[in-house]
Amino acid sequence: MLLEPVMMRIEEVIQESSLVRSFIFKKSLEYQPGQFIMLWIPRLDEKPFSISYHGKDFFGVTVALKGRFTQGLHEMKVGEWVGIRGPFGRAFNLEAGRACPEPIRFRACVVGGGVGMASLAVLIERLEDSVVVQGARTAAELLYRNRFKDMLLCTEDGSAGTKGVPTDLLEDLYRHYRFDAIYTCGPEAMMVKVLEFAREHNIYMQASLERYIKCAVGVCGQCCCNGLRLCVEGPVLDGGTLEKLEDFGRYARLGNGRRVPIGTYLGKKT
Amino acid sequence: MAAVDLSTELCGVRLQNPTVLASGILGTSKGLLKSVARAGAGAVTIKSLSLEPLPGHNNPIVVGFEAGMLNAVGYANPGIKEGAKEFSNLKEVGVPVIASIIGRGVGDFMKVLEGLWGLDFAAVEVSLSCPHTPGYGMMAGQNTPEATKEIVSAVRKGTELPLLVKLSPNIPEIGRVARAAEEAGADGITAVNTLGPGMLINIEARQPILDFKVGGVSGPALRPIALRCVYDIYKTVKIPILGVGGISAGRHAVEMLMAGASAVGIGTAVYSQGIEVFGKVCQEMGEWMEANGCRSVKELIGAAHAP
Ligand SMILES: Cc1cc2nc3c(=O)[nH]c(=O)nc-3n(C[C@H](O)[C@H](O)[C@H](O)COP(=O)(O)OP(=O)(O)OC[C@H]3O[C@@H](n4cnc5c(N)ncnc54)[C@H](O)[C@@H]3O)c2cc1C
Ligand SMILES: Cc1cc2nc3c(=O)[nH]c(=O)nc-3n(C[C@H](O)[C@H](O)[C@H](O)COP(=O)(O)O)c2cc1C
Repeated sequence: MLLEPVMMRIEEVIQESSLVRSFIFKKSLEYQPGQFIMLWIPRLDEKPFSISYHGKDFFGVTVALKGRFTQGLHEMKVGEWVGIRGPFGRAFNLEAGRACPEPIRFRACVVGGGVGMASLAVLIERLEDSVVVQGARTAAELLYRNRFKDMLLCTEDGSAGTKGVPTDLLEDLYRHYRFDAIYTCGPEAMMVKVLEFAREHNIYMQASLERYIKCAVGVCGQCCCNGLRLCVEGPVLDGGTLEKLEDFGRYARLGNGRRVPIGTYLGKKT
Repeated sequence: MAAVDLSTELCGVRLQNPTVLASGILGTSKGLLKSVARAGAGAVTIKSLSLEPLPGHNNPIVVGFEAGMLNAVGYANPGIKEGAKEFSNLKEVGVPVIASIIGRGVGDFMKVLEGLWGLDFAAVEVSLSCPHTPGYGMMAGQNTPEATKEIVSAVRKGTELPLLVKLSPNIPEIGRVARAAEEAGADGITAVNTLGPGMLINIEARQPILDFKVGGVSGPALRPIALRCVYDIYKTVKIPILGVGGISAGRHAVEMLMAGASAVGIGTAVYSQGIEVFGKVCQEMGEWMEANGCRSVKELIGAAHAP
């Protein structure tokens, strides 16, 4: 783990969709799917991003254009340098559901929405047997279509795959695939539905949440969800924890620590 | 360990053990205070609240180094109005909760105090000592004996709760500031806030790492300075001291008590050791006390001053 930012050269930029780009670094970084790094642009800011590409001697992040910082990053080109520290946080549990007595193959369902796909991408590569559903507003916003060829797609406007949201498909998929675990990352309202589904069917579930992260090392308290620090005890949380988490699907904190309804948080430029 | 009594008293507040969560580390929500209480802290302090919300500095706001941490959080907080909502029903926390408050001047402090009215805080800590927030603490000159006297005299009139005044180590004669606070009616001294400010530079980026460029030094590098400050303050005032700075082990806590503290604050050790550090420090203190024939915390307070 890198405790202070280490400057790294951007080796490749991939245009993933109209508003999403990936930045690749040729450095080895020990990491487990679900963890995140802090990306520093000196004199601008430093923000959290999931690792979305990972191999022995490279890693990358996939970044959606949102505001000031992501604008600054999107303007950067191959050969420019940024600081990286991390990875931080709790990863997805890949062993989930493997506790079954007979040697049956562990099968997972992965549900991604929007740029939440970034935090699931390496997980998908590591899972031996999985069914992946991605949802987006419209076809042009879908990510990694060439990277995960068998991925099921949903769009809200019906421009690709099934018209609707990924959670509409869960019931059918479960009947068909009988998966042992569900991993999800995306809009919190979607993850709330995934949790409900997992509870009803008694399936192991994990979700990766997003909150305003500053220090990333568990001291500043900025990213807290009730009694948890998302940067240390998260960003990946178990279904059992989420069920008891009052803030899940309801509240998030702004950069100054004010707790607001999650809709306000998402709509706000910070 | 039944023979050892870890309980102590700070300005009339009973603590089950002398470890206290220092202000600005994790004290942003009632939920986190509960988590720290469960981890074994004897009391907890909230993140400092100001009158208006403060966004804090841009990231990076903290960076670790070989001897501790540099931070320039910049007092990010939602302001007293939101803070009062967050910190209602504090009895749920299970241990005494100390309110930390900051202000640009007497007027601010008085209004923030008003905002605390009706909440279940066990004490108020007035922080006059942050080295990296424009308009507050050191950057507003609040760490001098004169300013301390002015602010504390006013705040004293505004609250009946035990009043702690948090001092900066960045002053040669800290005893004088402590005395000014005592004369103005403080019930206790919290010593110390972070040292500096300091700076760390990323040499590849050729830039200071903190976006604010400078920040307060805490953790191991601060420990000997904090100890000397507490030792000096103990010599100058009669009111109890909450000793803070670099504590991460039972031995450090015992050392701080011997310098004159009645209880010990812990902040940066949460970074190096996790929330479990509170339970760990207590466990180690208990073991040390037992091995050294010491039955109560009281026997240790100021022990290093014996002629
Ligand atoms: C664990 C984690 C992993 C993430 N992974 C990715 C990823 O892989 N790809 C991606 O595109 N985005 C990811 N994000 C979100 C990303 O950090 C924000 O989109 C980015 O910080 C926006 O900065 P901005 O200045 O461009 O936008 P702003 O205009 O400042 O903010 C736009 C919105 O972004 C969010 N945001 C802003 N600052 C932060 C912050 N410090 N921490 C968390 N959220 C913030 C808020 O919801 C805000 O309303 C992740 C967030 C977290 C917490
Ligand atoms: C990240 C961080 C934030 C802090 N925020 C505050 C604060 O809001 N108010 C305050 O009085 N002190 C604040 N402090 C100072 C601590 O309360 C404490 O006095 C100092 O860090 C020394 O103790 P330590 O070495 O155990 O961390 C902060 C310290 C750190 C590291």
